Amino acid sequence: MTVTTAAPALALSGVSKRFDGFPALDGAHFSVREGEVHALLGENGAGKSSLMNVAAGLYLPDEGEVRVDGVVRRFSGPLEAAACRIGMVHQHYKLVRALSVAENVMLAAMAVESQSAGGDRSADKVGTTASRAALRTSYGSRLARIRALIDDHAARLGFSIDHRRAVHTLSVAEQQRVEILKALVTGARILILDEPTAVLTDEEATRLLQTMRTLAAAGAAVVLVTHRLRDVREHADRVTVMRAGRTVAECDPRATSTAELTELIVGAAAPAVTRKAAAPGVARLAIRNLTCRRHDGFEVLANLSLKVRSGEIYGVAGVGGNGQTELVEALLGIEPPVSGEVIIDGVGDIAMASPAARQSIGVAAIPADRYRLALAGTLPIADNYGVTRVASGAYGSVLWVDFRRMREEAAAGVREFDVQGVRRIEQPAGLLSGGNAQKLVIAREFASAPWLVVAHSPSRGLDVRACADVQRRLIDAREAGAAVLLVSEDLEEVLLLADRIGVMSRGRLVAEFDAPVDRQRIGEAMVDHA
Amino acid sequence: MMEFLIAWWANVPEAAAAYALAALGLLLCERSGVLNLTAEGLMLVGAMAAMGAALQIEGYPGMALVVGMLAAALVSLLFALLVVTLRVNQVIAGLAIVFFCQGFTQLLGVMFDWQNHPVPGLLPVRIPLLADMPIIGRVLFEQNGVVYLIVPIFFAVQWVLHQTRAGLRLRSVGENPEAADAAGVSVPLVRFGAIVAGSALIGLAGGLLSVGGVKMWFPDMAGGRGWIAVALVIFARWQPWRALAGAVLFGCIESLVPRIAAAGIRVPQYFMLMTPYVITLVVMAWTAWKGRSRSSEPGALGQPFSREERR
Repeated sequence: MTVTTAAPALALSGVSKRFDGFPALDGAHFSVREGEVHALLGENGAGKSSLMNVAAGLYLPDEGEVRVDGVVRRFSGPLEAAACRIGMVHQHYKLVRALSVAENVMLAAMAVESQSAGGDRSADKVGTTASRAALRTSYGSRLARIRALIDDHAARLGFSIDHRRAVHTLSVAEQQRVEILKALVTGARILILDEPTAVLTDEEATRLLQTMRTLAAAGAAVVLVTHRLRDVREHADRVTVMRAGRTVAECDPRATSTAELTELIVGAAAPAVTRKAAAPGVARLAIRNLTCRRHDGFEVLANLSLKVRSGEIYGVAGVGGNGQTELVEALLGIEPPVSGEVIIDGVGDIAMASPAARQSIGVAAIPADRYRLALAGTLPIADNYGVTRVASGAYGSVLWVDFRRMREEAAAGVREFDVQGVRRIEQPAGLLSGGNAQKLVIAREFASAPWLVVAHSPSRGLDVRACADVQRRLIDAREAGAAVLLVSEDLEEVLLLADRIGVMSRGRLVAEFDAPVDRQRIGEAMVDHA
Repeated sequence: MMEFLIAWWANVPEAAAAYALAALGLLLCERSGVLNLTAEGLMLVGAMAAMGAALQIEGYPGMALVVGMLAAALVSLLFALLVVTLRVNQVIAGLAIVFFCQGFTQLLGVMFDWQNHPVPGLLPVRIPLLADMPIIGRVLFEQNGVVYLIVPIFFAVQWVLHQTRAGLRLRSVGENPEAADAAGVSVPLVRFGAIVAGSALIGLAGGLLSVGGVKMWFPDMAGGRGWIAVALVIFARWQPWRALAGAVLFGCIESLVPRIAAAGIRVPQYFMLMTPYVITLVVMAWTAWKGRSRSSEPGALGQPFSREERR
């Protein structure tokens, strides 16, 4: 890598962006030069993806500026960014699954061409004329040219891909290659990859990162948005660390120790905890060798084992997308595991039991996506409150439902759990704000004294007060002797609440700690494990 | 026996043509992700408008057919407005359009007194030499002009879908509108275009029924053919050549039933109306059981598209 005096290929400075008043980016800055692989490192919600979405024209920043080759640009859409030769590979691929590889690339190329042919703001006039000419050529010759370009780029990057194959027949890693090819064929020379290794196996990830090195060596600027320290240390020339919407450091990954990087990522705040000492009893929930696969065969949970005892909160920490959702879905019976056991004290293995059966055992479920999995937004609050106990005959029989009793109990629950914003108990639950909807879920699940609680990111998206309320309820449940499994991507929350902490990475439990834990050690386990 | 077969087969192309046109029109529309149930209604509009035009301007059956196509395309704008712009449930909007068209065509046709007035209509065109061939000549080369048109229309639909930029946009919109939108394709515009173009073909199918087939108009003359076309598209798994094959199959059944009755064998007419759906049910059950239905059905069929708020 050579340090040149020329302006960086892409530079963002003083970028701020708010979503519903909540700042996602707060004066962040970032720059990448041609010929380098630049890693953008940080926890979930640190603002990495938001910042890159600004660079790719997906978000319009509230403040700050984007410079491409030193020229200030204002993108009102991804196509304008593409015309400036910025390409982004998102975490969720934007591919038409029924179309072939070549057709997908062509669709993208057509869009970028008409964009640069339409607007005369594009810097290179030569490219513009060429695009105009390309628009006039016939479909067949155009497709043939795209195919040649695909083969050409693929050969240069050292992989082969059959451009006739339909995208839905490709593996996740191959689909990612199609996305990369899409960006390259449309002329991108600033390539942004959002968490590219999250969905890949180790071998695939290494190959991808080597490919990115090849690209950078050929003069491209590559931005790697990631939370994996290993990717950064082995494959990046420079690293920028973000935390809470701000850029906290820019350094040479080889000259910085793992400990320093980890501290930059997770910060050093020490939360104060006020609660009784844990008095753990019997193991109420024992998970043994739980394995789950995605539809394409990718192992999202691999031989995971853990135990949760009564009277303790077991926290599962980890960066999002490392199998936490699958773990919770397997425990709640939403997506059954491939193999393994979920043993409930005094009941036995419930790995294959239905959600209803789990309900009858007394598992209190607080899923992360409360509007999808916990509430029926268009139904009244009372119905949402009473629904889990209707089947057990709490409100009448098969033939009739005692709505009056349901409404009374719902009103009592709403009062007890301090659900705000309830004007009438018949109003749709969807009208409640996030925090109050979550409190309604907890009110329902904790209506009879909880015995085993499975909570996934219970305070996600809540304001400070609601967050504290929800966390208090979990501690109360623990002190009343319940076994609580808390799966959370918010490290603060896990550190604050958990008596024991397991760290998940790539579908495995990679480390287990007893509270109080050194956050540095958890941070290392979160980001550094292969 | 030979006479029976030739008389039967000679009627197949015209019956099949109506199905083929309607099915190709629907297919074009559904490949863009819009579930179109309006065929029965639009065929009625096409049939009525074409006959109205044929009664006013005598001697130009081709013009009458164009009027039928335009009328159907015009009504389809209403459907497009409902499902694309206003994002109304496509099934409900489609059904509403059918019932509206049934009432509307009856009202206009009776009001203008177009009922039961025979017109010369489309006349068979004999292709020299070819029409003199035994059997094949009478079956294939003594048909009206629209029947011959099926061949270029079929290849045009195939070509547009698979060999043009517009077709690539149309398919991508039908399979994954979010990805198409990200690639700068205007999803509403493509869907509007597909609905209007497809509906013009359905209107032509309707015109063929009145001006080409019975050469007069009476209320509800589509007689469920539009519904059969809807089933045909599903049966064809959204592939043009299979839709064409299916159209021929149902053309055979349609022209066979009256002939069997004429030969003295009694088959309930409802049996014929039921057959396509029986076959469709079997095909749907089979594809679902084989687990292949997802790969052939347009991925976004029936789903209204609204761009998520870019925040």
